[in-house]
Amino acid sequence: MDLIVQGIIKAFELIISFDPEVIGITWLSLKISGTATFISLFIGVSIGTAVALNNFYGKRFVISLINTGMGLPPVVVGLFVTMMIWRSGPLGFLEILYTPYAMIIAQAIIATPIVMGISLAAIQNLPPNLRLQILSLGASRLQMVWVLIKEARLPLLAAVMAGFGGVISEIGASIMVGGNIKGYSRVLTTATVMETGKGNFDIAIALGIILLLVAFAINALLTQIQQRQHPR
Amino acid sequence: MNPEAMMKIENLILRRGGVTVLDIPELHVQRERILAIIGPNGAGKSTLLLTMAGLLKPDHGKIYYQGNPVDSRASRSDMRRRISVVFQEPLLLNTSVYKNVALGLKFRHLTGSEIEKSVDESLEYFGITSLAKRSAKTLSGGEAKRVSLARAFALKPELIMMDEAFSSLDPPTREGLMEDLRHILQETKITAVMALHDREETLRLAQDVTVMAAGKIIQSGTTSQIFNQPDSEFVANFVGTETILEGMVESCTDGNMIVSVQGKEIEAIGDCSVGQKVYCCLRPENVTLSSKAQEQISARNIFEAKVSKIIRQGFFNKLVLDCGFPLVAYITITSCEDLGITQGVTVVASFKATSVHVIHREK
Repeated sequence: MDLIVQGIIKAFELIISFDPEVIGITWLSLKISGTATFISLFIGVSIGTAVALNNFYGKRFVISLINTGMGLPPVVVGLFVTMMIWRSGPLGFLEILYTPYAMIIAQAIIATPIVMGISLAAIQNLPPNLRLQILSLGASRLQMVWVLIKEARLPLLAAVMAGFGGVISEIGASIMVGGNIKGYSRVLTTATVMETGKGNFDIAIALGIILLLVAFAINALLTQIQQRQHPR
Repeated sequence: MNPEAMMKIENLILRRGGVTVLDIPELHVQRERILAIIGPNGAGKSTLLLTMAGLLKPDHGKIYYQGNPVDSRASRSDMRRRISVVFQEPLLLNTSVYKNVALGLKFRHLTGSEIEKSVDESLEYFGITSLAKRSAKTLSGGEAKRVSLARAFALKPELIMMDEAFSSLDPPTREGLMEDLRHILQETKITAVMALHDREETLRLAQDVTVMAAGKIIQSGTTSQIFNQPDSEFVANFVGTETILEGMVESCTDGNMIVSVQGKEIEAIGDCSVGQKVYCCLRPENVTLSSKAQEQISARNIFEAKVSKIIRQGFFNKLVLDCGFPLVAYITITSCEDLGITQGVTVVASFKATSVHVIHREK
């Protein structure tokens, strides 16, 4: 019991005193996961919208693939990315294994299907005639797609939250491709695992609390935006 | 063909999943006129409208807009910029009323002041200037409909297509909107095609009518032609000719014929060979009722009739009469009381020979 109480007290000390190492880890986590989510937003929304708006042979199969991808196990992604960028792998020449870049790639791969699946559903849920109505008002195809994406902005915000929430709390891939190198590729989750393993519960608890706070803050912000658009 | 036609359709065929949903050999939309496409649910009215608007690609056939064939991606998108479509559901975007009405103008990259002018004008036309800043998602059904119409009219289209403009509106809202729309169409002289299923709306708004069923055109003509001279039992029924009697031509001289209907003789105008099987169609508003006493009736067809049923229909009653054959007539509630008409009473029903519309019947 003492261990836990002591741990929590120490954790708050670390947070309140802006411990440089803790701050550094937090900042790196935000940067990597933020960038990964941003990339996944572009790929996910464009492919999700394209699949939603076009009819083609095997569309249902593609949708099932995307939906399966939403539950992609991070360790499998980690394994895949590691193999790809391994010194002798096909992308080995990039020499990015155990760097933050590798982590961004892995996290983007995890977040993209989540964003894609939610965008696809969001666009499909718009009234079926809305597309024709927009075209009939003289929109070019590109203008039409842009209006549809704007119209689906609320569920798309949910996609961002789900994507970011998924990757910032993910550990398997980050530790495999990032290597948990101090001051370089050590993020909140990988640091928490390591400190717990070492028995440094105080630091681990502090990191855990920060992780929760970050996730909460980002989601609170987006929820705020979402609800402001939606008075009722 | 007709040089004045705004739009012309030739041999149009549209298939969906192997089923032919539209088969239109010919259809003309006349300039500065209002064409109503009427027919029962599932007749293909909306689909035809979307195809005419260049939003669905036909499998076969040609559409000419202002004399030019619409057969390529470029010509379709060019036509789309010159016509507007108003769907059955308002399909407003989740933003302000103003931005919704400005949408089509934005697509055309107009300047801010040009957009503002057109939007303000259109909002005023439809009496919704006060709604400009409201969120479109908070509007009532009638308001949303007006916004959707204002959005289409703001583009100053040459041709406007409206799918069931008045459906799912309560009667006063519907009434107000219909009146406003009639004025606006008259004033702007915009050519319009409206899919409707209500004959009253059709009579009040349209100059031309096309009756559809199962993806095919049953009859096209002016509103008066369709309502007064339906050329089939289906059209007669659909446009509300309440009395449709099976008969046979007994004699015909100099354009005056006598048709025998269930042992009674009805006089009608037209040329027909003797022995021809026909339908005699009669609109209820063309039947005059009087009490027995009156004798000064110029109409050729005068029958004693027993009132077998009185059906209240708002401001008037619909009477089902028995003259040896069934006959339907309308009478205002006041006249009904004045004449002392109740169920079982005998009255005199008369109608002119010119009011009887004769349709040939298959053997």
